[in-house]
Amino acid sequence: MQKQAIFQSKLLPYALVAPQLSIVLIFFYWPALQAMIQSFLLQDAFGLSTSFVWFDNYLELFRERAYFEAILRTFFFSFAIAVSSLSFALLLAVMADKPLRGVMLYRTLLIWPYAVAPPVVGVLWIFMLHPSLGVLSRYLRALGVDWNPLLDGDQAATLIILAAAWKQISYNFLFFLAGLQSIPRSVLEAAAIDGARPMRRFWTVTFPLLSPTIFFLLVVNIVYAFFDTFGIIDTMTRGGPGKSTETLVYKVYTDGLLGGNLGSSAAQSVILMIMVIVLTGIQFRFVERKVTY
Amino acid sequence: MVEEEGFRRYVAHIILWIGIAIVAFPVYLAFVASTQDNAVIANGQMSLLPGGHFFQTYYQTIFVGTSGSTREPVGNMMLNSLVMALLIAVGKIAISIISAYAIVYFRFPFRMPIFWLIFVTLMLPVEVRIYPTYKIVADLHMLDSYAGLSLPLIASATATLLFRQFFMTVPDELLEASRIDGAGPFRFFWDTLLPLSRTNMAALFVILFILGWNQYLWPLLITTRDDMQTIQIGIRKMITTTDALTEWPIVMATAVLAMLPPVLVVVVMQKLFVRGLVETEK
Repeated sequence: MQKQAIFQSKLLPYALVAPQLSIVLIFFYWPALQAMIQSFLLQDAFGLSTSFVWFDNYLELFRERAYFEAILRTFFFSFAIAVSSLSFALLLAVMADKPLRGVMLYRTLLIWPYAVAPPVVGVLWIFMLHPSLGVLSRYLRALGVDWNPLLDGDQAATLIILAAAWKQISYNFLFFLAGLQSIPRSVLEAAAIDGARPMRRFWTVTFPLLSPTIFFLLVVNIVYAFFDTFGIIDTMTRGGPGKSTETLVYKVYTDGLLGGNLGSSAAQSVILMIMVIVLTGIQFRFVERKVTY
Repeated sequence: MVEEEGFRRYVAHIILWIGIAIVAFPVYLAFVASTQDNAVIANGQMSLLPGGHFFQTYYQTIFVGTSGSTREPVGNMMLNSLVMALLIAVGKIAISIISAYAIVYFRFPFRMPIFWLIFVTLMLPVEVRIYPTYKIVADLHMLDSYAGLSLPLIASATATLLFRQFFMTVPDELLEASRIDGAGPFRFFWDTLLPLSRTNMAALFVILFILGWNQYLWPLLITTRDDMQTIQIGIRKMITTTDALTEWPIVMATAVLAMLPPVLVVVVMQKLFVRGLVETEK
């Protein structure tokens, strides 16, 4: 698609794109290129000499058990966060889509957590479920659970997943509600006339018609779980105990800045970039083409 | 009409209120904790009702800060967050709207390559290129500065795409009409296009402000001085000290203060927020 009516000017358009282009080149392309170059280099322990090592950093990574576990962990977290947050948000959206009194109020009361920053989410949840002073921990202990997410890796992971899913409810709810409201009433009425009960109507009519929204949200949630959980993890567990909550992004951070292993950190960055590009590609191709009715 | 009998409606109301309770409880707890005495909280004996320390805690939080290691008033941190969020939102909108204008309303060599150069940035968040970006910002002597905090986060394409899409829907007759009136590219942009884009800009501003205010990893890396901390960084530093020394009422008051501006923006400007969210995700 192109505009027919345009201006003629030789220099003006370049002047107009110059600010954005220069920022993108300096703060985006240059660092991305640096990351790629760095991923082929090995620096000695004192940072005095660097040598070109081809794919050694990558091979080293794939030989490293911890990296493999971080990949699996990240995918598991993403999956758990996406599924739990999406299903709860869908339930709420289906309820809010009914002709109820006060629906606008419900919407307002459900969407605001979108604005809570990930590190704050982490602080809120660790406070609520802190082993010694958390309000909910008391009840957990009363139920006989030996609750200590600061020592128990599985419990720490559960805590991260719950907190991350909690934050994402509002976003998913909003998009589900919009998706539900765009389903024509007449289709549902037709199903009702055919004698389909509400539950059946939901699974045979509403759910399939909602599938583009679901796939879109699935990708968004996975990307969210990859990147935006950094703040939650950093304020709650710092990747611990052990490495039980260390995701890929968190590992880039700790290996590169705290551990000083730049080559490895850069190689991890490049792998992450490839993953995101694949995810975005899926979002563009698969979601838009195949899942529309 | 699809029938909706009374019973099902009650169930819907109940489920929605449970959802609201789940969403609100951690925040309520934070507020309650910020009004209570630290010793009581540290004992694990916290009450679920607000206590009497509201004014004392918030006064200390905003103007003094914690008594421990990082003694920085949270008021100052909020100011840093505000400046960063505004710079990101305004900066992104400003550079994006003019580059979209160039790409839609002009024909020039390398137009499409430039568009693609900008478009690709959509895919990679700052998290995957943190270390090299950090190095560049350090080389440019922009650590601990507002420019360093905001510029790398301005480098993204969402806003450009949004404005490009919007400009494509603006009828060509408007340009022809203003050209007959003798308007050049600047006049047309300023008098016609900018007023038409007002709602889009506002919606985008709401989203970008929230995203900017909530930035974490980037400010964490490039601020070393206490007086340049944003509130999100400050809150983490407050709980690094060994558990026993954490001043929970102040931490929780900081959490409440960190949430307040973006949550207010969402609630007060809900229409713009929803519009911005839906449009930036397309």
